[in-house]
Amino acid sequence: MNPLLLWFHKLGSPPYFYRLAGRLLPWLWGLALIGLVAGLYGGLVLAPADYQQSDAFRIIYVHVPSAWMSMFIYAFMAANGFVALVWRIKLSETLAMAAAPIGAAFTAICLATGSIWGKPMWGTWWTWDARLTSELVLLFLYLGVIGLYHAIEDRRQASRAAAFLALIGIVNLPIVHFSVKWWNTLHQGSTVKLFGPSLIDGRMLWPLLVMALATKLLFAASLLSRARVDLLELEAGKEWARQVALAGERT
Amino acid sequence: MNPTRKRRLVVISLILGAVGIAATLTVFALQQNITYLHTPVEVLAGKVPADARFRLGGMVKAGSIQRAGDSLKTGFTVTDGDADMAVEYTGILPDLFREKQSVIATGRMENGRFVASEVLAKHDENYVPRDVAEAMANAHKKHDIPEKKPTAQ
Repeated sequence: MNPLLLWFHKLGSPPYFYRLAGRLLPWLWGLALIGLVAGLYGGLVLAPADYQQSDAFRIIYVHVPSAWMSMFIYAFMAANGFVALVWRIKLSETLAMAAAPIGAAFTAICLATGSIWGKPMWGTWWTWDARLTSELVLLFLYLGVIGLYHAIEDRRQASRAAAFLALIGIVNLPIVHFSVKWWNTLHQGSTVKLFGPSLIDGRMLWPLLVMALATKLLFAASLLSRARVDLLELEAGKEWARQVALAGERT
Repeated sequence: MNPTRKRRLVVISLILGAVGIAATLTVFALQQNITYLHTPVEVLAGKVPADARFRLGGMVKAGSIQRAGDSLKTGFTVTDGDADMAVEYTGILPDLFREKQSVIATGRMENGRFVASEVLAKHDENYVPRDVAEAMANAHKKHDIPEKKPTAQ
């Protein structure tokens, strides 16, 4: 077996993952915190004011990274759900279900900040345009996944049922992303583009990218912390879990 | 890959494919109904049923804003470049409302005028610092370039 595949198999084993995540966590939390502070300072203080929205545009540094994360985490959850359904890997089930509440939180932040931004600029808290509606559907999908997971007694069966819902819901992701292109919406089109020049000044762009990276790290740290607890609970009674519990008692 | 996993992989991929196709068809079918706004040209061409409440979208024509002195009543013209439409609105306008700004007004036609009950300003996807915007405006003035919306670099 080639070494990469071997490492992948090892990663799938709960005790190995538990220890690896434990070693990574302080770094992830630390880097996430530094990134968030740097990004927010850059965005709220260093970046120049916009020519027409002046300082009100600064909410972009919370709104847009949250929106990106709401979609990124959903894709992550669905991919893990797919692996969980086909290969029945326990770690994937745990990761998919641990990601759902984090994704729901980012989606809620995105909707809330969007609403706060929309009132002064557009003139309304909410409108049923395609972008806003599909993002709201994304929140409901997250809530559905979380609800379904908790409605079934058996943890592994529950995560597979919820993973299936998550997987079906992935059709909403392209709708969220392309809604501003396909339909006439109140929400404007994409500013930051993966291909081609972005429609934002460089001095305003870098804090946004720092925030995008910092929110990814925050997600990773939060995910690993949650997954560790879930794994320990799922594997309670196994030898490695007993050892972890005993070691915890001693320290 | 063992047969059980292969079977699961195929079944799940098929379900996912089916859902994807269903979603695509739904999106295409909704293309008509989901239209958020109509432009003045579409309204004048009779594409909007009379007496229907709808959203009118376009730019506020330069120099067309008239504010009443004793009330919140505002009159302005919305244009899409090909046709103009007079709009009437009573209420507080959003911060971004001004000449040459994209707006979306909700309301209905009354005697050839569009009476709006809500006016929303549309923001574009450009973010430009004030100094850059001013420098560009100056440069445009110097070289006699007709005024154009500044874009970020």
